[in-house]
Amino acid sequence: MNSDRTIVAKELTRKFGDFVACDRITFDVGKGEVFGFLGANGAGKTTAIRMLTGLLAPSSGQATVAGFDVYSQSESIKRQIGYMSQRFSLYEDLTVSENIRLYGGIYDLTDRQIRDRTDAMLSRLGFRHAAHDLVRSIPLGWRQKLAFSVALLHDPKIVFLDEPTSGVDPITRRQFWEMIYDAASAGTTVFVTTHYMDEAEYCDRISIMVSGKIGAIGTPSELKRQFGTDSVDDLFVRLARPAANAPPESRPRP
Amino acid sequence: MMAFRTRSSALLGLLRKEAYHILRDRRTLIVITLIPIVQVVIFGYAIRTDVEHVRLAIVDPSPDSATLALRSRFGATDNFRIVGVVPRSADVDRLFQRGEAQEAIVFEPGFAARLGQGLPARVQIITDATEPNTGSAIQAYALQVIQEYEREINPAAGTIRIVPQVRTRFNPTRDSSNLFVPGLMAFVLTIISSLMTAISLTREKEMGTLETLLVSPLRPWHIIVGKVAPYLLIGFVSVIGVIVEARLVFNVPLRGSLALLLAEGLLFILVSLSLGILISARTSSQRVAMFGAMVGTMLPTMLLSGFIFPLESLPWPLQMVSFVVPARWFVTVARSIMLKGVGLTYLWRETLVLVVMALVLLTLSTRSFKERLE
Repeated sequence: MNSDRTIVAKELTRKFGDFVACDRITFDVGKGEVFGFLGANGAGKTTAIRMLTGLLAPSSGQATVAGFDVYSQSESIKRQIGYMSQRFSLYEDLTVSENIRLYGGIYDLTDRQIRDRTDAMLSRLGFRHAAHDLVRSIPLGWRQKLAFSVALLHDPKIVFLDEPTSGVDPITRRQFWEMIYDAASAGTTVFVTTHYMDEAEYCDRISIMVSGKIGAIGTPSELKRQFGTDSVDDLFVRLARPAANAPPESRPRP
Repeated sequence: MMAFRTRSSALLGLLRKEAYHILRDRRTLIVITLIPIVQVVIFGYAIRTDVEHVRLAIVDPSPDSATLALRSRFGATDNFRIVGVVPRSADVDRLFQRGEAQEAIVFEPGFAARLGQGLPARVQIITDATEPNTGSAIQAYALQVIQEYEREINPAAGTIRIVPQVRTRFNPTRDSSNLFVPGLMAFVLTIISSLMTAISLTREKEMGTLETLLVSPLRPWHIIVGKVAPYLLIGFVSVIGVIVEARLVFNVPLRGSLALLLAEGLLFILVSLSLGILISARTSSQRVAMFGAMVGTMLPTMLLSGFIFPLESLPWPLQMVSFVVPARWFVTVARSIMLKGVGLTYLWRETLVLVVMALVLLTLSTRSFKERLE
């Protein structure tokens, strides 16, 4: 196995009863790569992420994350990854620094590490003055940036971002992507799902899931060339439409 | 060793976070602290089934030494107030209809003479049972007065029977606050343990923070302990509060061991907390969780535990259901410890039921919590 591959999935499958949420998906992601994981709602993205983050056991297939096996070493995986969900993942009734301290403790950082990293993080974000404000009282865009920084607090090898920019204004989204690039250039693998196709263009590589399978995978420009479309948006619509619009009976059945 | 230290610091962090949640949610905090205090007062005063100053009519066709002696006994207690003495029983109908009398004592003519000859002397007790509980209570009061008189004039026992015997044990004053306090403890604990736990866990689900905790290296039991421990503490403090308040305000006795009562309370808290976790694992919104906790835990605690309605007066299908209501067992235990002063020798069956319930529910809830992650 190539050692710079931080995520490797082979024929990874998850069934719920008769329903195959993830159907033999195979892909890998390299160190420091920004990998866009696209798909319509219900295409199986969430199931795939849950398997990779150790929340859900696969039905069959193999996968390693940060070199650890998803079946037997999910506890080790959890120490190596960061996670930020589409829903906001900080506690609104805790202050900024209380949140940081909580997550620092959860990831076994020492008090000193927590103090130093809190300082560094808040200075970098320009939030020092808000350290003792309740998260509830700070603007949504700030919260998202903060949540991302907290997800990186323990220096994870990989960070999973599940629709991190939904509901955020365009300027904050741009700033957010700058943070993603910073993390990637520091060597962190970024695994990101999004509904914004312009954001897909920012990714090093993307995969598009359709009905539990990977419909296309490659760099945005490769895929556009391969499918003869002008944008990732058109490409996504072409791949995802037939499945999303088809009546339920004609969908592939397990 | 290192791993243990750091893990326990993660757990401390969780506990601290939960404390912030509770302390910063002012409204909930006020509700949690006020519920026990207010409930004791409400149940103590408003829902009393004690009877005082029962309006009593006397029908005495031929007043003699015996009827006069009994009449003065009724007049002497605070429980009765004699509203009228009439010669014929037809006259009391009017008093009942107007609501002037709640109860009437009807002596047969020649009462003292019959007693003197060793013949049964009949006395009729007529009770207004519009409100059945009150009716049976005041009936029992009257019986008691007559029995005491009978015993006194006839210490040798046996020859005269005026009324059937009614015994009142353990709570001879029929003080209802003695009975409601153990039930109230169960009720307060159910609210704090089941309802609050269910709500606060589903809140984390709604907010998406639970997912973040699950993806972290925390084990499910860390999350559960971190969630549950603060409520365990609050529940424990409330139990002590209710006991102290009941003692100070209503003189409810604690005849048995305080330590045993607290230990049983802890057991019941564990059962309720597990129910709360179980409910939150099956629901995804705070609203549904609240509803589930009310229907699944609070109503049974109130209605099927013997707290308000005596279990014996329930129809048998509901009596069957009451066997799986944890509060039923806890209320029995708490009443026995507080009022009868008995120990574990007498209560091991109920305690065993609670222990089994706690084990089963804790296992189920931890498992269903894990399954939900999938």
